[in-house]
Amino acid sequence: MKTRVAPRQISQRTAFSLLIVATAIVVLPVVVIIIVIILNGAGAISWDFLTQPPMQAGKAGGIFPAILGTFYLMLGTIIVALPVGVLAGVYLSEYARDDWMTRTVNLAIVNLAGVPSIVYGLFGLGVFVLMFQFGMSLLAASLTLACQALAMTVTTSREAILAVPREYREGSLAVGTTRWQTIRHIVLPQAMPGIITGAVLAMSRAAGETAPILVVGAAFFLPALPQSPLDQFMALPYHLYTVAAHIPGMPKSTIWGVALVLLVVVLSFNVLATIIRLRARKRRYST
Amino acid sequence: MRLKRNVHEADAIAVTAGGLARRWRLGEKLIEGWIYLAGGLAIVVLLGIIILLVKEGMPIFFDTPPWEFFFGTKWYLVSEPPTFGIMPFFVATLWVTVVATAISVPIGVACAAYMSEVAPDKLRETVKPVIELLAGFPSVVMGFIGLMLLSPLVQSAFNLNTGLSGLTAGIMLAFMSLPIIISVSEDAMRAVPDEFRQASYALGATKWETIWHVCIPAALSGITAAVMLGVGRAIGETMTVLMVAGGALAVPVSPTEPMMPMTAAIASGIGNAVRGGLQYQALFAIGLILFVLTLFVNLVADRVLERQKRRFQR
Repeated sequence: MKTRVAPRQISQRTAFSLLIVATAIVVLPVVVIIIVIILNGAGAISWDFLTQPPMQAGKAGGIFPAILGTFYLMLGTIIVALPVGVLAGVYLSEYARDDWMTRTVNLAIVNLAGVPSIVYGLFGLGVFVLMFQFGMSLLAASLTLACQALAMTVTTSREAILAVPREYREGSLAVGTTRWQTIRHIVLPQAMPGIITGAVLAMSRAAGETAPILVVGAAFFLPALPQSPLDQFMALPYHLYTVAAHIPGMPKSTIWGVALVLLVVVLSFNVLATIIRLRARKRRYST
Repeated sequence: MRLKRNVHEADAIAVTAGGLARRWRLGEKLIEGWIYLAGGLAIVVLLGIIILLVKEGMPIFFDTPPWEFFFGTKWYLVSEPPTFGIMPFFVATLWVTVVATAISVPIGVACAAYMSEVAPDKLRETVKPVIELLAGFPSVVMGFIGLMLLSPLVQSAFNLNTGLSGLTAGIMLAFMSLPIIISVSEDAMRAVPDEFRQASYALGATKWETIWHVCIPAALSGITAAVMLGVGRAIGETMTVLMVAGGALAVPVSPTEPMMPMTAAIASGIGNAVRGGLQYQALFAIGLILFVLTLFVNLVADRVLERQKRRFQR
């Protein structure tokens, strides 16, 4: 007797193929986008493109000031957002009792993570550019991006610290150390890979963020590199936005080249974060 | 004599220890002060955003009454007097969000179900990093891709005058909200206890029937939260809609028209708005609306997630 495939089996097969199709719809475009950007942009990449200032309104020359500006922004963001994020993470995991203050802080962080980036831009414009009179500067933009990165650095630090086993703390406290000494010498070193992963991700985010620096005042072209935090700056994402959407007659290869450089900067930090996380996990399982 | 010396030494040790302890305690108090300060900073920033948006945005209502602001269909800066009606932006945001959600939710949930219930571990370990890459794409790059690759496709597929439309923006947004929808729904489905599945198999259900009738319903609140987070992302996304949605100022009646969502209206207008001027106030008021919308969406999503977590905790 031939085995008959039950209609239920057929419907299962159909359903599973649909699920696979859905997954492919998510995955394939990512691969295609990366390949297309590499193929189109690679032609524009040269030593001069990476190290020279732009000429003829960005149509010739390189994009060095934009790369440098993005580097400064990442640095400025993390210098502010990492210490605050770690301290707040320590507060939430080690000090906070289950009271209204803790609940409010947690709620504030959840909501900060969801605030649209353009609203952070308005906040930065109103507070850092105008109220504190930092002007349209690297400082104002870094502080704005740091406020936006805060939700991420706090959350990742808190999770990393909470994952440190309780026995480590008890062992340390048992030999007579104070609470802060335990945190400083036992808990934080253990939590470090998680904290660093969050910081690297926050930097990657800051490198790609466009809307806030558009509002706070990135420049499309500057005659000189920024000399102090109070100078105006160029940045890769804003440069890409301008050359792609606002400059007519822009050579196609240049636009793709800018996109490629931006993507490489952002994604390499993303991959770095993944590597740090995987290595830390492996080490934890091997001991 | 000897005893006395010992007492002296003990005293000395006690004194230094006391001093050290005091110094520790001082340093400890200092660092704890910083820790509490940092903890409070999140609240300060959130309150700061609210206060600033209200302070800079509310004055527009002295000029334009709220009903004209919310329901006015004309945003004319150069007319005399200028009119500030945000209906075109609001409807545009609605369209792109609807298009994005309609595409991203079925695909996202299906992908999450596949990853959590069906996919072999090896495949899952390959697909996950790709989705994380997608989450890491800067929005300006997505806008650029929409501009270069997707908009010509949409233009020819729907026979439009321009490929820059709410539809194009919505498709890009769908793509950008997929990572959060997938990861949150997948977590929700993984949190469903295995006993549920085993009970279903014991009754003779197939794997697919178990997914459809047991796993997805049991994870429904988590999936709802995932959808809300995706919606929040679509509402707040700026660069992509600024570059791809077309930027027209009329109230869009169909998603295939060019339009300007609220985020794009702020981004394109703030550069030439005079501080404290009417346009500046109006743009901050739009910012306030965006903030309230996303706040609401996130609060609800957070609540739903908390409840889901408690449900399977034993």
